[in-house]
Amino acid sequence: MNRSPSPEAGSATGTHPLLEIRDLAVEYRMGRKQTRRAVDGVSLTIHEGETLGLVGESGSGKTTIGRAVLGLAPVTEGSICFDGHELGNLGRKERREFSSSLQVVFQDPYSSLDPTKTIGYSLAEPLLSHGSDRADARREASAMLERVGLRAEDGARYPATFSGGQRQRIAIARALMLRPRLVICDEPVSALDLSIQAQVLNLMTDLQKEFGLSYLFIAHDLTVVRHVSDRVAVLNKGQIIEEGTSREVYERPQHPYTRALLAAAPVPDPARQRQRREARHAERALRTAGTKSNAVGDEGRLPERMTLGKAANHS
Amino acid sequence: MTIATSTENSAGPSAGGAGAAPAGVIHAILRTPVGLACLIYLAIVVVACAIAPWIAPHDPLFQDLHAIGKGPNAAHLLGTDMLGRDVLSRLLYGGAYSLGGVLTAVVVLLIVAVPFGLLAGYAGGRVDRVISRVIDVAMSIPVIIILLAVLTIFNRNMTAAMIVFGLLGSSGLIRVVRGNVLSVREELYIDAARVIGLGPAQIAVRHVLPRTSGAIIVHVSIFAAISLGVQTGLSYLGLGVPPPAPTWGGMVGDAATVIQTNPWLLVPSGGVIAITVLAFGLLGDVVRDATSERAKTATGRTRLARRRGATADQKPAAAVVRDATAALLEGPNSAALLSVRGLTVAFGADDAATTVVENVSFDIFRGECVGLVGESGSGKTVTALSVLGLLKRVGRITGGSVSLEGHEISGLPEREKRRFRGTEIALISQEPMVALDPSFTIGDQLAEVVRSHARMKNKRVSRAAARKRAVELITAVNIPDPEVVAKRYPHQISGGQAQRVAIAAAIAGDPKLLIADEPTTALDVTVQAEILDLLRSLQAKNGIAVLLVTHDWGVVADLCDRALVMYAGQIVETADINRVFQLPLHPYTKALLEASPHLAVEGEPLPAIPGSVPRPKDWPTGCHFAARCRFATEDCLAAPVPLLKVGEERASRCIHTDQLMPEGRLVPEAVR
Amino acid sequence: MTQLILRRLLMSIPLLLVVSLVVFVLGSLVPGDPAQTILGVDATPDAVAALRDKLGLDQPWYAQYFHWLSGVFHGDLGTSLYSGEPVVTTLAERLPVTLSLVSLSTLFCMVVGIGFGMLSAVRGGFLGRVVDTLSLAGLALPNFWVAVVLVTLFAVKLRVFPATGYTPLMTSPFYWIVGLVLPVCALSLAGIATIAKQTRSAVLDVLDRDYVRTFRASGVSEWSVLLKHALRNASIPVASVIGIHAIASLDATVFVENVFVLPGMGSLATQATLDHDLPVIEGVALYFTVIVIVVNLCVDIAYGLLNPKVRTA
Repeated sequence: MNRSPSPEAGSATGTHPLLEIRDLAVEYRMGRKQTRRAVDGVSLTIHEGETLGLVGESGSGKTTIGRAVLGLAPVTEGSICFDGHELGNLGRKERREFSSSLQVVFQDPYSSLDPTKTIGYSLAEPLLSHGSDRADARREASAMLERVGLRAEDGARYPATFSGGQRQRIAIARALMLRPRLVICDEPVSALDLSIQAQVLNLMTDLQKEFGLSYLFIAHDLTVVRHVSDRVAVLNKGQIIEEGTSREVYERPQHPYTRALLAAAPVPDPARQRQRREARHAERALRTAGTKSNAVGDEGRLPERMTLGKAANHS
Repeated sequence: MTIATSTENSAGPSAGGAGAAPAGVIHAILRTPVGLACLIYLAIVVVACAIAPWIAPHDPLFQDLHAIGKGPNAAHLLGTDMLGRDVLSRLLYGGAYSLGGVLTAVVVLLIVAVPFGLLAGYAGGRVDRVISRVIDVAMSIPVIIILLAVLTIFNRNMTAAMIVFGLLGSSGLIRVVRGNVLSVREELYIDAARVIGLGPAQIAVRHVLPRTSGAIIVHVSIFAAISLGVQTGLSYLGLGVPPPAPTWGGMVGDAATVIQTNPWLLVPSGGVIAITVLAFGLLGDVVRDATSERAKTATGRTRLARRRGATADQKPAAAVVRDATAALLEGPNSAALLSVRGLTVAFGADDAATTVVENVSFDIFRGECVGLVGESGSGKTVTALSVLGLLKRVGRITGGSVSLEGHEISGLPEREKRRFRGTEIALISQEPMVALDPSFTIGDQLAEVVRSHARMKNKRVSRAAARKRAVELITAVNIPDPEVVAKRYPHQISGGQAQRVAIAAAIAGDPKLLIADEPTTALDVTVQAEILDLLRSLQAKNGIAVLLVTHDWGVVADLCDRALVMYAGQIVETADINRVFQLPLHPYTKALLEASPHLAVEGEPLPAIPGSVPRPKDWPTGCHFAARCRFATEDCLAAPVPLLKVGEERASRCIHTDQLMPEGRLVPEAVR
Repeated sequence: MTQLILRRLLMSIPLLLVVSLVVFVLGSLVPGDPAQTILGVDATPDAVAALRDKLGLDQPWYAQYFHWLSGVFHGDLGTSLYSGEPVVTTLAERLPVTLSLVSLSTLFCMVVGIGFGMLSAVRGGFLGRVVDTLSLAGLALPNFWVAVVLVTLFAVKLRVFPATGYTPLMTSPFYWIVGLVLPVCALSLAGIATIAKQTRSAVLDVLDRDYVRTFRASGVSEWSVLLKHALRNASIPVASVIGIHAIASLDATVFVENVFVLPGMGSLATQATLDHDLPVIEGVALYFTVIVIVVNLCVDIAYGLLNPKVRTA
């Protein structure tokens, strides 16, 4: 089931992998002696200019993968290769070289900006810390603010005076200040209202074209991920259980977990939703009949790596 | 007066929150009259004492034998003591000594506590453990006894004592700084700074320290108040500089000996200590209030909390119901289970009330499921809670009626409202984990609800019977091992189970209407599906009507029969569920549905709605959506737009519905 | 839970060692010769030397410390340099006074503070302002000054309570309590203020929680919401403030006992300081520390009982 990323996808578009994760495992310490494996044997590839969507429910380890790439979570096993350079467990000084090409946009727009600093400062700081002079940094910050749809004068204001959507634009602007090649987007729109979400997603797509960015797009919302991603990886309990192009994964899901996940997400169409619901109930009835024991675990979540007859085969 | 250890408490509440920029803190102090008064008083006292030799009217040691124990007079503004010495002059000179001691303690405190607190919080790991252990020990040292020892050893040298006091007191501030740093460290912008490539020292100084400054100022001002108490207390015991040198504490001591003949002397000496302590303490309060307010606006909102209803923005103008024509029908519909007419809700005090829900009317009939859909700030949650009369203190219903089966319920006193809560109308909240009391077991909480329903009906239910019913309820919401779960505390169960328990509590009284406020927003998608299934089966089995408050069109499509769409405090469209999705007849509904990535065309940008939802104080007189609407004309803003009837059982608050219809065949007519 | 208590108790051993060591080191730095102090200026050098030898004052401080420490394990805290009495005996006489003060004050503060806090949280308005004003006064007025004023008003002017002195509980419970009324009031003002304030903010905080709304929405009576859910959940932060007050009032006895001339440990410590009586200070410090440890332990236990997260962890 654990399909390795298809090499054809890269060669077809004629680009080399920008980020290559091999057998990544991340363990967190819980208390004194216990450890918890948040990510277990994950391999992923992202090509130049591509968006890889990473979906999973809470506790699936999707955020941890992003943090490991950024150096914010310890790499227990495996390797993270960025543009041919090994990133896993680099020291801070060595990592600094990559900080300009590897950036991040977080979920919570309320905590991702320092409330004690003006927006202008927050945007200029990445440049200043990489040796730009003050005037240049300020000019670039103003330009970037305008690029993401705010006014240059807004640089003098504090984060508290902006709405959630505006803050997320600012966070995106900050991420782009160093002209990165890969941006890790950790649930960038899940805190936003539907109408604002669309604005921000469009902005991210535009910026991707303009700056030639690659995205690792982490989210729990299946439809959002489908909309922005070229390829999608589905994560469950720290492992990738399915990976493929968006179309493949959404239209012909192979793994029962993916299918359950897709079936559970309600669609904004009453008639279709009724059909989907009935299909889901039918499948659940089938499943409980097939496996006499209580196959559906807590909250009806599927037990890990459950196989459903021939469904596991590739189509 | 309290002693060193109690400072820990002072900073406790604010420790979890965040601080603000130092400039912001000072600004906040100056903005409040109390803060300003305290600063001015302290400035005057400190300066006056510092320049005492130049401004004191008399020599503090000079004994005027002609003026012994005199009250306030022209020559001696605060009178003279029993040796004929000028009280004012002695206060000024003594102040330099007392306040100097406070300053010493505070400086030592800051020098020791801030770096160690930062270190413990930011470095974490072993460093943190060692520092925390040392603090634990230091917090239990009997401070006053140590000070007594120090005073003996250093021959009544108060400076030495205050240095030691600052040192011992620093453990409290280290804890506060550490706690603040730990919470700030969790914030995402710290991660962003690390990703940029900043080093730990740079991050600590640039991004962490400014956030803790509020808490530090709070702690320091209260510590200053306490050290002044201790310093004067020790002087009172005669352990400081020996007489006849003036000290504030010593003057209280002198006054105490002549309490019977000249009680006046207690007033200036005690007064100056009390007011100075008060000024320090109040300053701390002001800063704490200011920083915790900021913390709320800056970081208090999380993904889950954000979906609460409108914010309490202040608006100077009085709440005026602008839209008089919007009543769906004349008067409440007695055939409906719930009939809401012209409901208007305002936040804030009378003179500064802001209307957040405006003239909302709708009916819910037995057994049906109605979706109340809208984005944050639309007023949907406020509307739902007003039906139950459960608005928070700041909000109140300023107009309209809510009737249940033909009986008006909105104006009832609290006692009467209890009669229908739970038994007629029940509520399920958004965040299941906080909707249950963490201090009681699941079974106890359900049993309590069961018993209170029985009491309302003047029936007695024994503890055992209530307990049994609780287990039945847990079984009814499909939780495995109900007996075991009944004995658990809320923190021991999962979010999905907690929401099932909340539903069990809601159906305990066999209600006819269930108000579900974003019941699945905080849950994973597979759990959400289970909860929606549960609600559907309850609806089918018990014939409960459901008012589902949500922002998610998918959830509406899954569960609801009818939808009410809200935007900026108003209902903008109401229609049967199939028709809403097929042919939305309000530009907002249409735009919102289109903005969903679900219907997006691959490779094309999403049809986003420009701009953002206006805050209640910025609502225009006319259509609230006009500023973002592609069909808007001048007419839209000219006057309030009423809900217009468009076809059968459908209404839209738009004067351009014809443009939304394929052939413009339906002519909108006003709903009376 | 038991584990938590055991861990706490284990941690208090190094604490006791550190405190006694600090006091000892500080004490041994005290200028002047205790032997000379005891015998007075007229004593012959031989007599002083003999006493020094007897008291072990010729040995280095660490040797003295270990000597003292081994004594502690045998229940011997040395003898007072001033009175020549065993320190244990002196402290045994003094301890009940201080304990009476601290426990009565804590009890008083708890009852009045929580009552005021609840009332002002529920009623708000006028009562809220009364609590605010009271807390300001309670925090601002130095306790020794309050003590002096109380003596002036109630003992000297009105003559309803005695100004000074202490009657043991065993001798006469009535005079015991009458004698302690004024000192306890002087000690309690600040405690009442902080506890009332904390109670009010904690209760208001709980009343804003979703689960209170859940109970109200289920038709549970307001009394049950207040007394069962609000008070129970608010009591967790309040418990720690009560502990803090108990410790603060222990420190404050040093001042208050002096004003009311109560024969407690606080006044003993002051006198011992003036007398350079190291063994006594050492003993008082030890007793104070033990009381602090006990108070903290009580708070921890209360936490465990009140907070199921601690209990079930």
